[in-house]
Amino acid sequence: MHRFIVKRLLLLIPVLLGVSLLVFAIMSFTPGDPAQLILGENAPLEAVAELREEMGLNDPFVLRYARFVGNAMMGDLGQSYTSGRDVFDEIFSRFPNTLILAALGVIIAVLIGIPVGIISATRQYSMIDSGSMIFALLGVSMPNFWLGLMMILLFSVNLGWVPSGGYSDWSSLIMPAITLGTGSAAIITRMTRSSMLEVIRQDYIRTARAKGVAENVVINQHALKNALIPVITVIGLQFGYLLGGAVLTETVFSWPGVGRMMVDAIRQKDAPTVLGTVVFLATTFSLVNLFVDLLYGFVDPRIKSQYA
Amino acid sequence: MSQEMTLALNETSAEATRAAPKKRSQWLEVWHRLKRNKMAMAGLVILSLVVLAAVFADLIADYETVVIAQNLSDRLQGPSAQYWLGTDEFGRDIFARIIHGARVSLMVGVLSVAIAIALGGSLGAVAGYYGGKLDNYIMRVMDIFLAVPSILLAIAIVSALGASLMNLMFAIAISSVPTYARVVRASVLTVRDQEFIEAARAIGGSDARIIFRHIIPNCLSPVIVQGALGVAGAILSTAGLSFIGLGIQPPEPEWGAMLSGGRQYLRHAWHVTTFPGLTIMITILALNLLGDGLRDALDPRLKH
Repeated sequence: MHRFIVKRLLLLIPVLLGVSLLVFAIMSFTPGDPAQLILGENAPLEAVAELREEMGLNDPFVLRYARFVGNAMMGDLGQSYTSGRDVFDEIFSRFPNTLILAALGVIIAVLIGIPVGIISATRQYSMIDSGSMIFALLGVSMPNFWLGLMMILLFSVNLGWVPSGGYSDWSSLIMPAITLGTGSAAIITRMTRSSMLEVIRQDYIRTARAKGVAENVVINQHALKNALIPVITVIGLQFGYLLGGAVLTETVFSWPGVGRMMVDAIRQKDAPTVLGTVVFLATTFSLVNLFVDLLYGFVDPRIKSQYA
Repeated sequence: MSQEMTLALNETSAEATRAAPKKRSQWLEVWHRLKRNKMAMAGLVILSLVVLAAVFADLIADYETVVIAQNLSDRLQGPSAQYWLGTDEFGRDIFARIIHGARVSLMVGVLSVAIAIALGGSLGAVAGYYGGKLDNYIMRVMDIFLAVPSILLAIAIVSALGASLMNLMFAIAISSVPTYARVVRASVLTVRDQEFIEAARAIGGSDARIIFRHIIPNCLSPVIVQGALGVAGAILSTAGLSFIGLGIQPPEPEWGAMLSGGRQYLRHAWHVTTFPGLTIMITILALNLLGDGLRDALDPRLKH
């Protein structure tokens, strides 16, 4: 198991190098001169040329990339072209906001998805089952930024219950978390239902019933343990996805997170910030995925034995 | 030698006689199964309506005079007999813009998935068929792409190349290439070692012929299903990117861009954001229903 963890951690290195190379290459093809951007449009040509030299922008691509990686490993992602602030510090001051939103989103999704999935599976083809499947289908089909807008319309504009954006107190968390969690809730519901349906057809469940075990014990203790294995993976993947993909939700609610920082940086053509945020979010996403894989081995000993 | 020849000949002629009528009936059978699925049929009907609206958009509303031209005296009007779904902040008919927006969404959706299937499918097929080092290299590169959430990758590409229809399509296609590479590789791996491939190789079929004539047709089902769901994903991404200003640029009508434009007027004009969003949802819903239905129809064993 330890070897497996080490191997997976080592595999992360080429992945992260690849991701950063990919984004670095994309960003360096972006038209526009950073030196010009910093000094303003009316800056004299000599000053721009001087700054270009100073920033190392005239160096070959490989050298610039190597310097970026070297600095990034020391926790230096450069300075923002627009605010001059340290990108790394800025990301870390905003990351807790993104994290709390993603965590709440996943919690909401789990609290809705798993119970509804179990009820649907145990009453397959009933009204409850059809109803929850329709909701799940709507949940995966709805653009979440639109859901956010509609909630603002109803709860902020019309009812005035909660603030429409920003981060002032806990009440401003409610709508972004629900917006973010809805899609995941739908996916977890569908996954729990289909996994449960598969498990309750197995022989050991029939045996438990034949022994006279109460139905709720059969479902909640015998079936649930096995049914949840694939669901746990999905929950983990959703968490990673919400961390990395909260861009739109953060934009809708003016949420001071990393995703919105990236969108603002793109609008201002602030390359170091874009690069830093994308690499950071991709790294977090990969780490969460790695953790999910390890967790998977933990909840299902059959998988662990393959890597031992 | 002659015995082998006759054997091979027998096999091919037997295959030919079986294949000719069966090939048709197989797809016919899928269609029959799909037809029995009411939800999938509902999806197909809705999708057909969207496609028809996109095709005949010019007959429903003129692009220059109705969809693009501003009419400030009628701005932010609620739904009425004249403007079925109201007007936006420039006094343009929202219904007409939604209809014309269907063209953009469907085009980006279908073309980007087509590009992704062509690129990802070929990579996956090559990786799965040849295996070994090549497989390892290709799939490790795919892993790198998969390490970035696809919306982030698309955002990075569009922000670097600049916002335009072509770049948007390219970005969405590239960000979904690894998905198709994985799907195709997985199904090639299951087909590759089967006896009919061995038979094709024994009668001297070239690699290209085996891949294109024998392997790819047998790997189509998962690609079709993934493709239908992929179009839904691409339409959502288009809307999302346009919403943050990285997709289709105004004044061209696009569903996500319409949402973004109406956002400031949420307080005074609910219809500007409500209807384009509903349209996106209904279209995605139709594609999801159809995709689910296709999955069940193409592989009845998967159904519970």
